[in-house]
Amino acid sequence: MLKIGVKDLAKYPFLTEAGEYLRDTGLSLEQLGHSDWKPIVEKAYGRIVVASSGQIYNSDLDALDNDSELLSFIVAIILLKSAGMATLIKRFSLAESRRAERYLQQDLYASREKKNLELPLKIIRDIFSVNVLIDNDEFVIKIPDYVKRSVHFHEKEWKLVNRRISNGYVYLSAHETVRLIRAELGEYINTRIQSVNISSIPESFRQRVQDLVALAKKFSDTTFVSSEYPPCVKHGIEVLEKGENLPHSGRFLLATYLLSKGQTVDQIAPLFKNAPDYNERTTRYQLEHISGSSGSGTKYQCPSCEKLRSESLCFAIPDCNGIINPVQFGKKRKTS
Amino acid sequence: MNEKNTLFVESAFKEYYFNRFDLIHVPQKASEREFGYQKFNSGMTRHLVIRNDKELRLLLMKEVPSDVYCSNAYYSFPGLPMAEKDWKGADLIFDIDAKDLGLPCRQDHTVFKCSSCGHGIIGFQPKCQQCDSTKFESVSTTCKICISESKNQVTRLVDVLTSDLGIKKEEIEVYFSGNEGFHMRVTNSDYESLGSHERADLADYIMFNGAIPESFGVPRQSNSKVSLPSTDEKGWRGRVARKLFSSKSKAPKISKDIIANGHTTFQVQLDEIKKTMGVKIDPKVTMDIHRIFRLEGSINSKSGLAKIQCTDLDSFDPFQSACLLGDDSVDILVDCPTQIRLKNKKFGPYKNEKVSMPKYAAVYMLCKGLGNIL
Ligand code: SF4
Ligand SMILES: [Zn+2]
Ligand SMILES: [Zn+2]
Repeated sequence: MLKIGVKDLAKYPFLTEAGEYLRDTGLSLEQLGHSDWKPIVEKAYGRIVVASSGQIYNSDLDALDNDSELLSFIVAIILLKSAGMATLIKRFSLAESRRAERYLQQDLYASREKKNLELPLKIIRDIFSVNVLIDNDEFVIKIPDYVKRSVHFHEKEWKLVNRRISNGYVYLSAHETVRLIRAELGEYINTRIQSVNISSIPESFRQRVQDLVALAKKFSDTTFVSSEYPPCVKHGIEVLEKGENLPHSGRFLLATYLLSKGQTVDQIAPLFKNAPDYNERTTRYQLEHISGSSGSGTKYQCPSCEKLRSESLCFAIPDCNGIINPVQFGKKRKTS
Repeated sequence: MNEKNTLFVESAFKEYYFNRFDLIHVPQKASEREFGYQKFNSGMTRHLVIRNDKELRLLLMKEVPSDVYCSNAYYSFPGLPMAEKDWKGADLIFDIDAKDLGLPCRQDHTVFKCSSCGHGIIGFQPKCQQCDSTKFESVSTTCKICISESKNQVTRLVDVLTSDLGIKKEEIEVYFSGNEGFHMRVTNSDYESLGSHERADLADYIMFNGAIPESFGVPRQSNSKVSLPSTDEKGWRGRVARKLFSSKSKAPKISKDIIANGHTTFQVQLDEIKKTMGVKIDPKVTMDIHRIFRLEGSINSKSGLAKIQCTDLDSFDPFQSACLLGDDSVDILVDCPTQIRLKNKKFGPYKNEKVSMPKYAAVYMLCKGLGNIL
């Protein structure tokens, strides 16, 4: 049997084995309420704050003690559940999945030489029900398992035609393997958190729970997804919300579309927060440029449906019939 | 189609459905599929449940449809409206049609039929020689070249499915479509759960659509290292390499040229390879996970030929094997400016004349709109 140590659990605290480990230590929620454990509560709180700002919480697994890494994750979940703010849970899951993703990639890469891939491959198999095999120095997965995930990416290199393929299998690097399952990792952590039941929490947690409720309010104005948006725009927003990379042309579509609907740069900028390469200053600068409020002063128009189709950004539905630009979507067509 | 023609064609179809029980079967998992049919000059009836051969034959005898369809998808409740069916999976399907292959022979046997007087000519003309009308419908017939080129595409598709996608030969069924091409169905449990977007990417793979130079070892930056695929590789990388380096002795020079010409030129080369080597399937069919697809064994009302399975593609002759209607002699008035070959007999060209011909040929003419029953 595969032995999962506490160091592994510090890296992957969402594994079911983490709960078992905790049970074995005999530590109860009541005990965690004792002031001795205050540093853990603070650490957990910090972990959430870092995550909600869109950054990845960093652990130094060699220097720190792994117990507190694992415990702070669990306490963070308790705090989040008690605060009950969905946007925080979402942001936390996303950031934690990014953190785990780093370790997963390192483990796949490092252990390849040592032929000790059991743990990372077990995680991929258990959580994502994808079987990853090894062929020489590469990772291989079945084509159907691959396309089910790759269709959510929009860069051309993820198209099947641009992959090495043989006998029903796709060849991937360690980095690509992990990238492929990133979104599911976030969802998995999210559902794990959702499924946790907490009846009562220690008194000493209360202050931090209140702080979280206050923190969440800061983010609640960023959700402005309207059901009236055309599928291409909705899709772009979804991609960004999942923290995936949207190609430049997709960001351009979102910016021009939302600007044309009267949204301001201030309203649009937070949308790009989850992008892997987010930088507040450049995002603003680009948005202002597109809106015509800086630089040359030309206001850019929303690209045509045809252009979007050629960039694989069109996801037309019957309601798209008869329009040539996304801005026309949902407007009543003249009866001819 | 006018009433007289309709009655005649219907009776020919009915005779076939009555006599050829041996060819009429429901596909596997029949009770989980949606069936549909059309009658001449009327709309589509969908969302039917047909559990077995007996029920199918009963429907065919009772309704005498012009066309019969069956879903590639399996549902929990195939008889309910689409939103409530509960989609469980779908066979992979492919459509290869001679008219999508860009063949030069097409213009030699595509008939332009005048919409007002019905006069047919080969080759486009601005107005009808008989009545000066400028409206035409095009009627396509099929020649030997059309069929052999379509077979060629089928062979290439089978190669991509088996050696690239890992599908076994036994899981692939090839059918003549009943008109101008071939249908294929793959029953493989790994692929059946794929949705429409995923299937679109498979279709792009098969058509060699969207390939970029980077994936074939030619980077955008001219100073980066170029590493072209080798001829023994699997998949498109191997196919592209074999195409580029068809001559071994010239390989070093070809490599050098590719490196010197760079990314943009190589993209153009890949686009060329797509045109000549990409398999010409209809991507809309492959993407569709709710399609009702022509049922094997049924007659196609565009031609009066049957959709039938081809076990040996090379020797398969649709004008022989799929031509299954009766052969008693019938008098019809035909205006068909091109020659048709059915059951090794030649028919036409006819210039608006009265002809006696076997029933299967008469039905073909009527279905194509090139004649009228007398
Ligand atoms: S048709 Fe136009 S509006 Fe509709 S999804 Fe495509 S690009 Fe967007
Ligand atoms: Zn005329
Ligand atoms: Zn032809």
